Amino acid sequence: MQTATPHASVRWRYIKQHLFFAVVRLSAALIALALGGLLVYIFLHGREAISWSFLTLPPTDSMTKGGIMPAIIGTFYLTLGAIAVALPLGIMSAIYLSEYARQGPVVRIIRIGVNCLAGVPSIVFGLFGLGLFVVFLQFGSCILSGALTLGVLILPTIIGASEEALKAVPQTFREASLALGVSKWQTIFRIVLPNALPGILTGSILGIGRAAGETAPIMFTAAAFYTVKLPSSIFDEVMALPFHIYVLATAGTHIEATRPIQYGTVLVLVALVLGVDLIAILIRSYIRKRKRW
Amino acid sequence: MTRTFKEQIIKRVFFLFACVSVLILGLIVAFLFREGLPIFGIVSVREFLFGHEWYPTFDPPSFGIWPLIVGSFIVTFFATLIAVPLGVLSAIYISEIAPPAIKEIAKPVIELLAGLPSVVLGFFGMVVLAPWLQDTFDLPTGLNIVNASIMLALMAIPTISSISEDALYSVPREFKEASYALGATTSETILRVIVPSALSGISTAVILGMARAIGETMVVLMVAGGAAAVPESLFDSVRPMPASIAAEMGEAPFRSDHYHALFATGIVLFFLTLAFNLVADYISHKFKEVGSGTL
Repeated sequence: MQTATPHASVRWRYIKQHLFFAVVRLSAALIALALGGLLVYIFLHGREAISWSFLTLPPTDSMTKGGIMPAIIGTFYLTLGAIAVALPLGIMSAIYLSEYARQGPVVRIIRIGVNCLAGVPSIVFGLFGLGLFVVFLQFGSCILSGALTLGVLILPTIIGASEEALKAVPQTFREASLALGVSKWQTIFRIVLPNALPGILTGSILGIGRAAGETAPIMFTAAAFYTVKLPSSIFDEVMALPFHIYVLATAGTHIEATRPIQYGTVLVLVALVLGVDLIAILIRSYIRKRKRW
Repeated sequence: MTRTFKEQIIKRVFFLFACVSVLILGLIVAFLFREGLPIFGIVSVREFLFGHEWYPTFDPPSFGIWPLIVGSFIVTFFATLIAVPLGVLSAIYISEIAPPAIKEIAKPVIELLAGLPSVVLGFFGMVVLAPWLQDTFDLPTGLNIVNASIMLALMAIPTISSISEDALYSVPREFKEASYALGATTSETILRVIVPSALSGISTAVILGMARAIGETMVVLMVAGGAAAVPESLFDSVRPMPASIAAEMGEAPFRSDHYHALFATGIVLFFLTLAFNLVADYISHKFKEVGSGTL
């Protein structure tokens, strides 16, 4: 008996280990199944709706037939505008935080500010855009208001990625440049920034993916229920893919009849966002493999 | 002299750009208050927060957002209950157990899934999960707390898993080796050494996941059902704060009481998520590990 006890306890420890591993594997499998199943389901149902005319024609017959071209164009403009706003601001902020900032209360406040901005709910960005751009600055509901709102929303993403990219440039590069008598600003502009560029690019592509998929921030600031004409200026309202999905799925009078169009639009949006993110991730893994500093 | 002067100016310019984020945060607060505060001329803060009746379009209207607050907390609570175990366990799988080939793929895939647009999850909950719940449990509607919690959990899992995995990965190798050297099994090492060491990172992940869930709009707008009443069962519909703002802002007349009340709801939501984020920031700094010698 006495010799059996340690054996039994060892065996029990390994049984516990197997149980634990089983639970862990099960959880991972469950998540893979749920999220993978969701994507496969959307692909299988959306595939039938996708055709050349679906992508290139505007909706017809009160949005029960036709394509989604205006929504694709609208999302394109909004995303382009958002990145044009966020990229310069984000890179400049990141340069300060990475190259100039010293540990201290001011920098701490800036960092907390960036983190908190990243956590602001998207609907609150929508309210902010409505209050500032649409109402106070009187832009109205238009591409400009929506792009500015989305730009503010993705700013923390861009700052985070850019700072990481700048920090990854070896300190010796800076020291070598400074030792040659080059000024700090020139060192940043000629040495640090070019080396950090691919990383910054990755961050901005991730920002594009985020901006393209957001609905709540553009509901009151840019998105139109339905417009026939394509936007001719930044002060026009536009249709957008995410908002189009929401409208068709909840507010239409023919919700069941337009299901195929809904699935098609969802597939286009998912392919767009995940495709863009995938490009960013591939670029990043390429950089990480290639760079041997 | 001029060169130093120029450098100083350039530094200042970058500093100003770095302040933009803080400035925007300030502007968000300013504009939420500008458009939201007028409601408190009509109802008291107490009535607004704890009033049980949200009938903004009735005559006379009543602006009590308690049911909306309860709705937000309930779906967030149940989403967390589902997402935390699954998210953390999957992080343990990727970081400690998975074979290298799976590990290499799983990490970017999870990151990819974190970017899934929320309107897509809302749509899926609406057209797939809702009819299934309705048939299986014989309910009047499948758009309810259970549905919203499941879809929110699916949305929060990649966030929780990804940040937890980073935390587990950064636990120093020596800890693991020391544990093995003492004869501990892999599971004992994971549960008693690695997870406790990574606990601050995992807590941050959980709080950020919760903050994402409570502030999420499209999922709750599409699948929570939209009933502005304090729920009595898990299969009741609710109307979380973001859903209420998103659904009603389009109909609320400009600068009406209803419009101001929705902005005031935005104030509550903003400070709630701000609190979550500050706590996450505090935890991740307070318990930050420096080198392998500290714990």
